[in-house]
Amino acid sequence: MATYSTNEFKAGLKVMLDGDPASIVENEFVKPGKGQAFNRVRIRNLKTGRTIERTFKSGETIEAADVVDMEMQYLYNDGQFWHFMNPESYEQLAADKNAVGDNAKWMKEQDVCIITLWNGVPLVVEPPNTVTLKIVETDPGLRGDTSGGGGKPATLETGAVVRVPLFIQNGETIKVNTRTGEYISRA
Amino acid sequence: MLSDGSGDWQPTAALDILKLRARILERIRAFFFERGVLEVETPILSSAATTDPALASLSTRYTGPLFPHGQTLYLHTSPEFPMKRLLAAGAGSIYQICKVFRDGESGRLHNPEFTMLEWYRVGFDHHRLMDETGELVMQLLASSLSLQAPEKLTYREAFIRHASLDPHRATAEEFARAARDHHIDVPRRLRGHDDLAAWRDLLLTHLVEPGLGQGRLTFIHDYPAAQASLARVQPGDPPLAARFELYLNGVELANGFHELADANEQRTRFERQLHARTVAGLSAVPMDAHLLAALTHGMPDCAGVALGIDRLVMLAAGARSIAEVIPFPIDRA
Repeated sequence: MATYSTNEFKAGLKVMLDGDPASIVENEFVKPGKGQAFNRVRIRNLKTGRTIERTFKSGETIEAADVVDMEMQYLYNDGQFWHFMNPESYEQLAADKNAVGDNAKWMKEQDVCIITLWNGVPLVVEPPNTVTLKIVETDPGLRGDTSGGGGKPATLETGAVVRVPLFIQNGETIKVNTRTGEYISRA
Repeated sequence: MLSDGSGDWQPTAALDILKLRARILERIRAFFFERGVLEVETPILSSAATTDPALASLSTRYTGPLFPHGQTLYLHTSPEFPMKRLLAAGAGSIYQICKVFRDGESGRLHNPEFTMLEWYRVGFDHHRLMDETGELVMQLLASSLSLQAPEKLTYREAFIRHASLDPHRATAEEFARAARDHHIDVPRRLRGHDDLAAWRDLLLTHLVEPGLGQGRLTFIHDYPAAQASLARVQPGDPPLAARFELYLNGVELANGFHELADANEQRTRFERQLHARTVAGLSAVPMDAHLLAALTHGMPDCAGVALGIDRLVMLAAGARSIAEVIPFPIDRA
């Protein structure tokens, strides 16, 4: 069993916490000049997404989590699972609702996503930072409005709803930032 | 901070902050010159090391004339022992500004080498030295921060104010309950243990320190005897160490003592700390026989304090981390 000592702690390190895989968000070394050293750590449970604070005595060890990030292409959704393929090995994997979560609304076939695998099973699915999607429904806007102020809701082909400028029309494709859910530009 | 790429040759501190740092050093020297305190230099390398289990010394090796077969030398964690030898030799009040070294310490407020101001005042007790420390720090920060008059709290008062518990009387269960009440996670290695010093440090770092020094300098004094370090212990119930620490904005800035001058008591503490190192699985280190000989000869009644210059510059500059005030922290050294 691989372990990490507190000296190896840094943001992004994947460890086991209370039986769940977790990722260190922030590690702070605290020590009174004449006293004992502690590592005060903010750590995110990768299953629940919740971030908590934990304290370790410096020198303690923690079990490493067998977590890897892989780039995989999204193939299709069969109503229950989202299916992905490794573009090099053609190996396929299915991710469930827990792994995909709210990100389902950005998932477009053929897009390359980051799949976080824990012991080989998809734990988290992250869509690309920027996706290009077609508008399937939006109110006709005013021609000539280029200010970007105000805006209107637009429903995208994947089901996501984003605010777009008034000049954007039904049937156009746009670029969207999936981390903020905001419109970037026309595609 | 980026640790990769070609930008690593560059300083992490802005040049304006380095200028502020130089001005602070200049003003410290002026302060002690006006008061007739002598600047001294003592060796960074020593054949002895601190025995304090909370401090890890770095070491190196000298080989050459005098030591043809090589001699292990420890980098000092503070210049305390040789400065006390100077005091015993009749130097009078002295100060030193130097780099000190501590293994295992790196973080937002730590770098394994850092700059320390240490000074000793013959005839002072720790209360008089707290007053002088307050004057110096208030002067140095006057142009950067507007602070109220310094306050003094006993260690007990600070715990009662911020952790609602008496640090001298509380049991391990009571410390554990206080931690739980304040949503402080307890390290695995502390759960179910009655290492009271560790419990005090857990609550000190997580709960008490963040509330200290808000808008003013806070001095904490009268430490538990078990945390006396090199301070005199005043008998009583509980016995209290004549030790103080200075905080500003929750940051520990200085640590001082009414200095222990009793050679026998000093030897006993060295031996006790060496035993604690063995129990904790830490390396054995040679105790400083020169210091013991100097104390046996006789050291004048005095108080001494060590102040972290990097942290002081941080506070003066409004910086969040030590890397912002030293040009090259350990990962760029």
